Order: sequence, then structure tokens, then C-alpha cells
Amino acid sequence: MNLTPEMMLQLIILVPLLAAIGIAAAYRHPNVRETVTIVASVVVLILVFKVYGAFKNGYITSVHWLEIFPGLSISFQTEALGVIFSLVAGCLWLVTSVYSIGYMRGNNEHSQTRFALLFAVAISATMGIALSANLITLFIFYEVLTFSTFPLVTHKGDEKAMKAGRVYLGVLVTTSICLLLPAIIWTWSITGTTDFTAGGIVAGHLEGPLLTLLAFLFIFGIGKAAIMPVHRWLPAAMVAPTPVSALLHAVAVVKAGVFSVTKIIVYTFGIGLLQTAPNIDWFLYFAGFTIIMASIVALRQDNLKRRLAYSTISQLSYVVLATAILAPISIVGAALHIVAHAFGKITLFFAAGSIYTASHKTEISQLNGIGLRMPWTMGAFTIGALSMIGIPPAVGFISKWYVLMGAFQAHQTLAIIIIILSTLLNAAYFVPIIFAAFFKKESADNHSDHREAPFPIVLALSTTAFCTILLFFFPGIPFELAEMINVGNLQ
Amino acid sequence: MTAHLPILQVIVPLLAAPTCLILRQSRLVWLFALITSGLSFFVSVLLLQQVIESGLIVYELGGWQAPVGIEYRIDSLNAYLLVLVTGISTITLLAAQTSIERYLPEDKITFFYIAFLLCLAGLLGILATGDAFNVFVFLEISSLSSYTLIGFGRDRRALWASYQYLIMGTIGATFIIIGIGLMYMMTGTLNMHDLSLRLPEVAHTKTIFTAFAFFIVGVCLKLALFPLHLWLPNAYTYAPSVVTAFLAATATKVAIYVLLRFVFTVFGVEFSFEHLPLQNIFLALGLAGVFAASIVAIYQTNIKRLFAYSSVAQIGYMILGFSIGTSAGIMATLLHLFNHALMKAALFLALAGVVFRLNSSNFDQCQGLGKQMPFTFAAIVVGGFSLIGVPLTVGFVSKWYLVLALLEKGWWPVAALVLVGSLLAIIYVWKIIETAYFKPANPENAHVKEAPMSILMPVWILVIANIYFGIDTRFTVAVTQIASQSLFGATP
Repeated sequence: MNLTPEMMLQLIILVPLLAAIGIAAAYRHPNVRETVTIVASVVVLILVFKVYGAFKNGYITSVHWLEIFPGLSISFQTEALGVIFSLVAGCLWLVTSVYSIGYMRGNNEHSQTRFALLFAVAISATMGIALSANLITLFIFYEVLTFSTFPLVTHKGDEKAMKAGRVYLGVLVTTSICLLLPAIIWTWSITGTTDFTAGGIVAGHLEGPLLTLLAFLFIFGIGKAAIMPVHRWLPAAMVAPTPVSALLHAVAVVKAGVFSVTKIIVYTFGIGLLQTAPNIDWFLYFAGFTIIMASIVALRQDNLKRRLAYSTISQLSYVVLATAILAPISIVGAALHIVAHAFGKITLFFAAGSIYTASHKTEISQLNGIGLRMPWTMGAFTIGALSMIGIPPAVGFISKWYVLMGAFQAHQTLAIIIIILSTLLNAAYFVPIIFAAFFKKESADNHSDHREAPFPIVLALSTTAFCTILLFFFPGIPFELAEMINVGNLQ
Repeated sequence: MTAHLPILQVIVPLLAAPTCLILRQSRLVWLFALITSGLSFFVSVLLLQQVIESGLIVYELGGWQAPVGIEYRIDSLNAYLLVLVTGISTITLLAAQTSIERYLPEDKITFFYIAFLLCLAGLLGILATGDAFNVFVFLEISSLSSYTLIGFGRDRRALWASYQYLIMGTIGATFIIIGIGLMYMMTGTLNMHDLSLRLPEVAHTKTIFTAFAFFIVGVCLKLALFPLHLWLPNAYTYAPSVVTAFLAATATKVAIYVLLRFVFTVFGVEFSFEHLPLQNIFLALGLAGVFAASIVAIYQTNIKRLFAYSSVAQIGYMILGFSIGTSAGIMATLLHLFNHALMKAALFLALAGVVFRLNSSNFDQCQGLGKQMPFTFAAIVVGGFSLIGVPLTVGFVSKWYLVLALLEKGWWPVAALVLVGSLLAIIYVWKIIETAYFKPANPENAHVKEAPMSILMPVWILVIANIYFGIDTRFTVAVTQIASQSLFGATP
């Protein structure tokens, strides 16, 4: 079947939606339903790689769907950063689908059809964000992502879920309607376009304090990047089942956030222009503050998922910090960290879910000695933790290296100090878990007569852990793409 | 035939109304009303096509020439609204039979449809006419029939709500006729085009000032501008839901049309905006309406009442667009007229389905119904999203253009307030979603099934229209652009 890259790009967004319909139709036959999910994720993965292949050869795929307003259309275009994001989401959807099957069945969760359906819609929205060609397309899919993940977050349907759902939606929708939307309309009204262009579109139209204001409207408007103080939705979203936390909040939703921040900084403003904005250092300060503060809060959490959530907030701000340094090498670091964090964090969340499925334990203090009962799970957890801290042979080392190089090059001493400090903090909150799991004795009263988690779960988390190490040795694809990010002409 | 379209638009429903008396069977009357409404819709579409192709249509009634005779003037603005009103009336009539059968005994149903057709004729007459006194006549026809329609509600308070609306509506109409009378006194003509030519000479007189003031206040009463909105919540809550759907989508929109027509076409932009601080007054009242009504909506215990207050807030947005005083602002207002009509018609019609099964629209009765009435509440969710302004729905289109117009004018604090108003909408829409989907179902309501097809179908037609016009905005944007530019340009 001869598919043009344009058709493939559209299919990347449409196949998950079609899968959603298939999942709904198969609600009485769970095995058919899971097959639809797996098949769809394999298809999307293949398509994403093919589109990447075309992009690598210099072909820019451009698709124009329809004009919503005169001059504003829903369009897609392949671009280095977007291709990286789509590759990550594509790979991890397949892995998470396998994991979810194990998890949802292992825990006998209710409403599995609704779950699988909305998951597919959320993936479609993520791909839409990754491949968007302009701000309005990004915004539309951004909102679709928020609303499609809401029922996933509140899956349990109880009082706690409802309250968490309110925080989730409250923060994300408030930021997107009150900050992001006016920023987009403002950009449209001064430049006449919302297209992502190398070197940005704002240059020449805005300068001085207003430029900084517009930048901050965008940065805080993208609540999914979880920069403090608009980060509250992430810990709240931990009430969701672990597959949701794993894919959406370690990978898709949060990555959509930092991806959007980086994309807008590079392709709407242009890093050259932002370097001239007054007080733009505050961007760096907010990111740095988030990194440190979130790590400190993580230290104090006993609930494993909450500790991971705050770790995510901290790691996301690494990407933002790297972008805030406004140097080409640090942008490469930002892109690499999107990949590194995705694989590392999803492994950690998979492990948390695996522990819960096998033993119903959620608190770190309960985990003494669990490494010996669940070696695969805790082994994978260790690898994920290494990636977060930034120790070889995990890929997190490479991305941190580039962010540090970027900071050195731009003479941002504060950023260097923050990165070093947070590495220490990361170690401080991950190492004790690993130590307790492998070297502490199980307490006698712990209901610990369980074994490893079900096979699909172990398969999934081993795969992502393996990829974390693989990417360290073969960082070719993400690295190449990251270098292709077109930062335009710099003064 | 095509030459007589403007008068046919109004005459067909007007004559159909008493004809209902001949048909005794209630089903037959409903069918007849539906066909009449459908025909009117067809006529309005033809008219719109004609206006877009060949410009302004001027039709003299009975061949009597203006300014002595009554003339009908159809330009892009009223053609657009004619399509909207007739479209909404046809779709709501589809749901009417099933819903009304529950409310009324067989012998009263005929009168319901007579009142409905008269209301429709009245609204269409206001839109089509080019004569000031004719506006008043049709305004009274539509108002009196809407008082009747509201009074048909099952709740005993419906009569009281109808009476309250009657009093306030009559005050409004009286102010309007005083305004028209004063204008006639000074210029000697009732024809709107002629008035626009003669008023500039006498514009500086106190009489015309007073006429303008009376007229504006009267119209604002009819369009439920805060704080003259007090009749609306009761009228919308206690009327039969089908009536609420129809009135919420049309009556206030037609009143806004009257405001626009008189301010721009009759009095003229310079007079209206320079002599009275109309811009500031409308800005303040529009914003006040948005916030006051949205906040009150959050605390309501009845879903219908909540949406009624929401309507007052949305009217505030429309007046905001008007207060900007630029062609972009009027375009935003006109877009929101259309979009809000679609939203509210869908929401109230969906509520008609809920009321049909439940006999109530209180929050505590509706708990957990999301599972038992999935399609009805899905429609309410989409309508709610539209109210919030989620992309891909019509609500987003209106919000976009309004904020754009405000930013272009440089009124960015107002733009910020508009977006904060959306947050309030999120709170009250979220209340409904939580009640329907997150609360446990009331055991008394275990027997409740999905709403009947006859109500669900029109609801979903409107919901799909909400999404369609949110994505394909070519029609609405093009027409409203032409209309707003012509309002600012030469007087027709």
C-alpha cells in the first residue's frame, strides 16, 4: 500500500480516533477490544517511524485540514521537535497498552471500555499537538487533551476522584482560557499569523516589557508544563489508575506541556528575540525554583506515586530551564530530556503500578525487602531512578550533560548550581527507596506473600527500562533530530 | 412569487395561526404548525440568498409607496436573523408535540400552537419591517403571545411569571412607543429609512434626545440587559421547556436586532455614540450583567433557572461587543447572537427531555442521571462546553471574535474580564456535570429512561449544529462581516 507522507501524518491522528470507535463497538468482547488497541498502537508506531524517515530525508510533510476562521486553519507540519515528541508518544502508547491490559485486568477495574476509548482519544490529541503547524491547532488539541483525560483521571468515580478532578480541570482550564488563549489572540492580532516559523513570528511586532508579558502569558498559560505555581493539578491527578499516570502524566500530558513551551519559545518568539526581552531571566528563576522546590517536597512524600509526581514536576522544569537558557545547545538538551524523562519516568510509574497490583502497597515505608520478591520490577525501578538522577548507563545522563553544556556556554552559573543541587536531591529521594527494597528486611506483619506482577506488566516495564539503557548507547535518532531543531538566525 | 417573499415571510405564520382553529385534532394542528414553520424557514433562506446576490430588498406593502405606505426592508442583517429564528422555531416544533402533550389537556393544545405561530409571526415581522410603528405592532403581537405561551407552564408559578413579564414587557413596549411617537412628532414620518434622513436635522433637540432615551430603555427591557432582566429567570424557568428553548433562542436576539437597527440605521452612529455616553453605559452594564448573572447562576438549585441566568450573562457579552463601537465588535455581537441561539436552544430542549421523564429539573432530582439518560446529558455536556467556549464549538468562535475585537480596540482589561467570565461559566456547567455523572442516582428515579426520540432528535440536530458551525465558520463569519460593515457604512 503506497501511502504518501501526508496521508500517513493524517492517519497518525485519525487511527487512534478510529480505534476509539472500534473499542466502543467491542465493549462486550474484552479480548477484541484489547486487540483493537494493540493493533492501533502498532499501526501508529509504524506510521510515526515512516514519517520520521521522510523527515530525516529532508521532506517536510505539510497537511492542511480546514480553515476555522479566515486566515486560521487547522494544519500540521513535521518539524524536528514535533517528530521527537510523536516518536516518544508512539513508542510508549504501545508499551502502555500492554501494561494497561495487565493492570486493569489484574486489579479488576471497572469501565475498562470507557478507559481504553478515552486513552485512544488522548493519544490522538497528543499527536495533534506534536504535529501541529500553528498555535490555533496546538490550542485546539491541547484543550481536547485536557477534556479527554479528565474522565481518565476521575476514573474511580468516588468523592476523592471528583475533588481531584476539580483541581485538575480547574488549574488546566483556567490557565488555558485566561492566559494561553488571550496570548494566542494577541499574537494573532499583532502578527496576522499563528504559524510556527524558524526565528519566530513576533520579531518586529513587539518589544520591551510587553514582549516579556506575552512570553509569560504563554509560559504560565501552558499549565501542563507544571511550572510552579500552576503545578497543583499533577499531584491531584495521581488518583488516577497507574496506566493513566504513567502514559499521560509521565509522558503525554506533561510532555505536551513542556513541548508546547519549547516549541512556542523557539518557533513563535525565536530565542534570538527573547534574549532581548527585559527581565526574561525570571523565566529561568521560576523554572529553577520549581526544580528545587518540587524536589524538596518529593523528599517528604511517603506515597510512592506522589513522590514520583513531584519528581515529574521537577524534571519537567529541567526542560523548561534548558529552554529558558535560550542557547542552541540547551535547546538540544531540552529535546533530549523530553525523551530521557519520558522513558525513565514511565518505567518508574509502571513499577509503582506493578507493586500496587501485586501487593496493594502504596507507601514507600511498606517497601522494605520488596526487591527480592519482585526483582524485575525493582530492577526496572532502579534503572529509571538512575536515569532521573543522571547516572550512566541510563539515557538521563546524556540529556543532563547537554543541558549543563548549554548552561556553561551561556554563562548561566545559577542554572549550573540548580542542576547540580537537584541531582543531589534526586539521589536523596530515589536511592533510599532502592536501598530499602533490596537491602532492608521485610517486616513480619507485612502481607507480603506475593510474587511478581502479571506478565504484561513485567513485559512493559522491562521494555521501557531496556530502552532507557539502549538509548544511552544508541542515542542516534533523538540526537539527530534534536540537532535539526531550527533556531533561526541569532544575533 | 420571489418578489413577494418579504411579505410572505410574515403573512404565512400570521394567517396560519387562526387557521389552526379549523383543524380540531391536536396532532394535525402540530403538523400544520410544523409545516408552516418549515415553509417560513424555506422563505427566509431564499431571502438570504437574494440579499447576498443582489443587495438590499425593498418591498412596499400593497404597492403603497413609502414614506406613507409601510415598507419592508431586508438587508443582510435581518435576512440572517430571519433564517435563525425560523430555523430554531422549526426544530423546537419538532420536539413540541411530545413535550406539550404532557403539559396540556387536548382542547388547550390548539391554543398553544396558535400562540406559538403568532409569536413566530410577530418576531418575523419585527425583523422584516422597515417601518417604526410596524415594529411596535409586531413587538406587541410577539410579546402578548409569549406571555400566553409562558402561562401554559405546568407549575402554578407560570401564571405569575407570565404576569410579571407582562407588566415589565408592557412598560418596555410603552417606552418604545413613546420614543417612536416623539420621533414622529419631530419628523413627521414613521418609515425607518426616512427617519434616518430627517433625524440629523432635529438631532440636537431635547425631544429627540428624550425619544432616544425612552426607546433605548424600552428595548433594553425587552432584551433583558442587566438590571432590566428581572422578568427573564422566572419566565424561562416556569414556562414549558419547549417554549423556553424557543424564546431563549429568539426573543432577546430580536430585541438586540431592534437595538442595532435603531442605533445604527435610524439614529446613526455619530448621534448614538456621541450624544449619550452609550458606549460607557453599555460597557458597564454588559460587564455587570456577565458577572452578576454568572455568579447567581452558580448558586441555583434548578437547572432551568441556572441556564436562564446564564442567558442574561451571555446577553451581557453581546452588549459588550456592541459597546466597543467598531465593526469588529458588532461582528462579534452578531456571531454571538447566532451561536448563543444554537447553544441555548439545544440546552433547553435537552432539559425538555429531562423534564418529560422526571417532571422536575432540580439538581437533587437529576443526580446520577448521566447513566440513565446518556444522550440527553451528553447533549447538555456539549452545550455546556459551547457556553464555556471550548474550541470546536460555536461558543469558542464568539469568544475568539469578541476578545479579538476588544484587543484591537485596546481594551485589554475588558478582554481579561471576558475570559474570567468564562471561568464562572465553567463552574456552573461543571456543577451540572458533577451532579449528572458523579453523584449516586436517586433511588426514586430508577425507572427513568432515556428521553423519547421525538425530543432527542431535534436536540442532537442542534448539538451537531453547535459543533458544525464551530468548525465551519464560513457562513456565519461571512454574513456577519457583511452585516456589520453595512451597519457602519451607508444607511440602506
